[in-house]
Order: sequence, then structure tokens, then C-alpha cells
Amino acid sequence: MSIRERLSGNEATAYAMKQINPDVVAAFPITPSTEIPQYFSTYVDNGEVDTEFVAVESEHSAMSACIGAEAAGARAMTATSANGLEYMWEMVQIASSMRLPIVMALVNRAISGPLNIHSDHSDAMAVRDSGWIMLFSETNQEAYDNMLMAHRIAEHKDVLLPLMVCQDGFITSHSIENIELLETEEVRKFVGTYKPEHYLLDRKNPISMGPMDLQPFLFEHKRQQWEAMKNAKNVILEVSKEFEKLTGRKYDLFEEYKMEDADYVIVCMNSTAGTVKNVIDRLRNNGVKAGLLKVRVFRPFPGEEIAKALSNAKAVAVLDKTPILNLTGGPLYEDVTSAMYTLNMNVPTIDYCYGIGGRDVTENQIETVYNDLQNLNDMSDPYRFLGLKTK
Amino acid sequence: MYNVKEVVANRPSRFSEGHRMCAGCGAPPIARMVLRAVHPEDHVVVSNATGCMEVSTCIYPYTSWTDSYIHTAFECAAATASGAEAAYKSLKKQGKLPEDENTKFICFGGDGGTYDIGIQALSGAMERGHDMTYVCYDNGAYMNTGIQRSSATPQFADTTTSPAGSVIPGKMQVRKDLTEIMVAHHLPYVAQTAAYMNFKDLYEKAEKAIYTKGAKFLNVLAPCPRGWGYPTEDLMKLNKLAVETCYWPMYEVVDGVYHITYKPAKKLPVEEFLKPQKRFKHLFKPGNEWMIEKFQEEVDKRWNELLAKEEMTNK
Repeated sequence: MSIRERLSGNEATAYAMKQINPDVVAAFPITPSTEIPQYFSTYVDNGEVDTEFVAVESEHSAMSACIGAEAAGARAMTATSANGLEYMWEMVQIASSMRLPIVMALVNRAISGPLNIHSDHSDAMAVRDSGWIMLFSETNQEAYDNMLMAHRIAEHKDVLLPLMVCQDGFITSHSIENIELLETEEVRKFVGTYKPEHYLLDRKNPISMGPMDLQPFLFEHKRQQWEAMKNAKNVILEVSKEFEKLTGRKYDLFEEYKMEDADYVIVCMNSTAGTVKNVIDRLRNNGVKAGLLKVRVFRPFPGEEIAKALSNAKAVAVLDKTPILNLTGGPLYEDVTSAMYTLNMNVPTIDYCYGIGGRDVTENQIETVYNDLQNLNDMSDPYRFLGLKTK
Repeated sequence: MYNVKEVVANRPSRFSEGHRMCAGCGAPPIARMVLRAVHPEDHVVVSNATGCMEVSTCIYPYTSWTDSYIHTAFECAAATASGAEAAYKSLKKQGKLPEDENTKFICFGGDGGTYDIGIQALSGAMERGHDMTYVCYDNGAYMNTGIQRSSATPQFADTTTSPAGSVIPGKMQVRKDLTEIMVAHHLPYVAQTAAYMNFKDLYEKAEKAIYTKGAKFLNVLAPCPRGWGYPTEDLMKLNKLAVETCYWPMYEVVDGVYHITYKPAKKLPVEEFLKPQKRFKHLFKPGNEWMIEKFQEEVDKRWNELLAKEEMTNK
């Protein structure tokens, strides 16, 4: 039986964590993710979960403690944003290299500097090749659902990689929307218990973890991480199918909105997708064949699948919600276009840097993107900005 | 009564031979003796900061550690251990681990990983009161990367980032007193010790620390033949001189009460400790007498402060 509720993205995430009942949560407050450990410590202090909450002195220690806990044989979770994620960056890499299926809620926010607390994806993009599975969420419902699927994916024996569930700061994390929750019993049955094969607290089989790994082995170990990331794709699909059976909510590697006959396609992630869908509905009434490809699984990047889905488009716009300072396009654009190139596709594809530091993303802006796509005569100006006050 | 022969005979080593630390290094005997203080029936999770000890004892696919061991990074041995300890508490509470079996959490870090880059994680873990023992093996510089100065490096020492130059004669600052910083955390047990007099003081303090509930800190002097510049066979002589000159007092603070566990019958001049070390060679050049005097003043000041604290807290 599902429960109808109204929750913010942060509350939905904390509630998912409560239902999962992890053994350890270690977190340090940072806007806009702060509410997650706040809600969660209330569950801890009211005895509603079995979790040990470690109120660490920094995000670096949050990830270190998660690594220690998960290595010890426990399920460990954390939540953070922006500079918090950057501060734990060193440990983020170590978590994945130790093949520890830690789960993190990442509430996307602009990284410093200058200081800004609002949403863009620069935090997630700064860790995009850290060996973590990265799921993006358009709504609080998706943030909740992705969280419920997280451990099943991360802990799968063919995967054993940490996973982060992303949602947009404030836009999703602080907006209250309708949501369908599962009963806690159903969640616990779906998520199951964590049974690690090797762990520190197994005194009968003591283990040394995190060795010095020199020229003879590091390369092979990195290849194994690659293999695990490759395996994750199918596991994500399997778990998503099982989740659909339980909830009726369908999840894939990405979502296609009105893509069957779309000529002009926007590719984006997280909350912007909702705005894009509204614009598409309006444009469709005016006869414009507009479509959306919303990436859910950003790592592993389903390049081939995405490229194929875009193969019939006349023009594509990728929206990168992160400052692009390299002059060759944003991370999402680079991934999409390199996947197209590998498949010998030549669909004109342009990039928009948008929504930086929480800059409002309006339907009018999105409409100008579709207009641009309809009038795209050449590729002389592939790297563009959307929503700037001055050019 | 402590008897080194009995301890060694009855407590098999949990830190095996074949590691790659230097001959004459003070750290391996510390790790071995601290672990010997763990009761045989108990299991240990060791959390090791990046440093000499880590890179020399756990090179894939080998390990010197017979218990469970984890290394993550340089600055977070304490935070890593606090996560493992929280996991232990949680799993125990949930009945997922046997009731009657105990695991002890012990961190090892050098002065780089403890006094400097790791002090935040250390302070955090100690304040939170995780049931763990943090052991700093203090060799007074970043030895693993090639003898760079740390905040634990004594004044005037010649290191590769505070070389004894013609204008600046070595490290100009006095060393940080981390043991006192840990005392200021109001922990149930803080101690400073060295591998001296058949390891008695080290062993007893390690056992006390490990079997006191809560967050405990041990600061152990670990001479380094390369960084200090002494022949490898002189390791124990250096430990002895550090203690006998009161450069490195051995004491413990139990719930805020100081107890100096060894008071030299005759406090040796600090020259005795400085002389056998190449890092202080320039102190003995004509015209540099003031440096030795200044060094002595600092040692005396700290020793007198310690005596006063002992008196004050035992009133």
C-alpha cells in the first residue's frame, strides 16, 4: 500500500533513509542538504532507527567515517552539497577504490567561489569520474525512489560501488510536493539486509584494507573498477524493473518525453526537466515536434543508448547546469557528443550553460532554446549561455 | 609485575616480521608492544594514517597486521576509526555481532598525520568520545616524504624544509605540545611515553588506554635514524636520553589528574640528547652555544610546568 504525503526533497530523502534504517550515518551540515541529517538525527534520538549517527567535525571526516563503517561491515550513508562534497573529494575516490557501497544524498549546489548556496551541478560534475554511480532526480518522488533503489544497485556483487542520488538544491530539496511513499516494511523487504563478503569486524577472517598498491597491481584494480561500473548499467535496469513491479513507477537509464517523433531535443538533468516538459506541451500545440531526453543515470554514462535515442533528431541542445570554463563544452555535452561521434552520428548538437548559482530557469528561456534549434543553420556557435543578463 | 620476557612469551606478536621499515626505526617496536597489550581474546581493528608505517607494513598483497587493518588517507585515521567504531556499536546493539566478543579500535599515525594534517579529525573523534585509542608515533618530522619539518619538530632541528642555513639555523619555532592539547579535550586517559626500560611504561600505558572506556590518546616518542641522524643500533639510547633529559617526559593524565610516571634521579643536560643526532650538529659549532641554552630553557620550562600540573591536580 502506498502512502500519499506532501514532503520536500530533503524530507523525502531523510524519510527514505529512515525506512532503509542504515547502521551508520555520518554527516556534517551544509546548505541545502542540512535538513537531511537534521531530520535523521531526530529519528535517531527518538529511537525510530537502529542507526549510530556520527556528528562529524567536517565532510572529510564524514566520508572517512562512512568508509570506516562500511569497511567494518555496516551500511553507511551521508548527505552533502557543494563545498562539502569538494572537501570530501579525496575520500570520495578512496571509497570507490575500496569498493564500498556507501550511499550519499547529494543536494546539488554551486561550488565556491565566490560563495553561493543555490543550485547548479558544479558539485556533482567535480566528482563525475570518481567511480561513483550517479543518479539524478527531477522531483522529490524521484529523489525518494532513487534512494530506495540505491543500496540494491550499489551492494550488488557485480557492482560494489558507492552511489550518489542527486537532486537540485532548494528547487527540489526545499519545495514541498505530493509524493507517494512505500510502507516501511515494503521498503525493508525490497532493500534487504547488507551481507558483505569481507569486512573488518569479521574477526575469524581478519582483513587488511587500503594497502599501498604499486606498479604490479594498481592498473588491474582500476580495470576491475571499470568492470564494476560497466556491470552497474544492467543492475540498475534490473533493480528499476523490480521497483516498477512494486510501485508502478517506471525508471530507466534516462527518460524520454515525446521523443517518438521529436525533431528538436533538449538533453538535461534534474528539476529543469519539469520546466522543459511544460514548454514541450505548449510547443507541440503549435506543431513544433519538441522532445526531451532526461538523463537519470549519469554514471555509468549510457552513451550508446543516449546517442541512439537522439539519432532521429534534426538538432539537439544539451543543457549543462555548471560553469563551463574549458571552451569545449560542458560535461554532459561532451559525453553526449562523444557518444554520438563514436556511433558515426552527425546530429547538430549545441551546448547551453545555464542556471548557474541558482539563476532562475524559465519557460521562456527554454522556448528560446527550441527556437534556436529550429533555426540552427550551422555549427559556428556551439557553446552558448542561457539566461545571462548581459552577453 | 611487568616482565618483558613474560609479555613477549605469552602475548604472540600481532605485528609480524617482514615489514619494510628501516632498521633502527622507533615505530615498529611501538606498534608491536601496543598490540601486545591487547588481551589475547580480543580482536583489533587498526586504523593507520598514511606514513612510514603504512607504506612499509601493508604493500599489496602483503600485510604485517594479523588483526583487521584499514588505511584510507593521511589526515583521517581517527575519522576512519570512528566510523568503524560506530559500525561496531550499531551492529552490536542490533545483535548482529556476538555479545561476548570484543573488538578494540586502535589508530596509528605519525606526527604528520596526527599533529598537523590529521589534528582536525583527531580532535573531532576524541571529542565525540569514540571508544578507541589513538597512538601517535612521534618522530618529529615528515620522515616518509624525506624529513620535512612538522609542528612536532623540535626547535633548531635541521630538516629538508628547515635546513640549517647560514642565515636561518634550522627550524625556528618550538614544538607543538600535542599531548597537552589532548589533555584539554578532557579525555578519560591521555599519556606520553617512550620505549624505555624494557617497554614497561609503554606497555602499561597502552593496556590502560585500550581498556579504559572512551577516547584515549597516547603520544609515543619514535626516534628516526634517517631524520635524526644516528646509527641504527642507537635507537634505545636515543629513547633513554630523551627521557633522562626530560626532553620527552613520561606521564599520564587520568580524568584530568597528572601523574609523571618516571622522574629521572638526575636530570641530564639536554646536550646529551642533542649531541648524538646529526640534525642538531650545527648547535655544537662555536658561536651557537645560545641555541643549546635556548633549547635547555624550553625543556626546563615545560618540565617545570608539568611538575606544577602534577602538584596542582593531586592536591
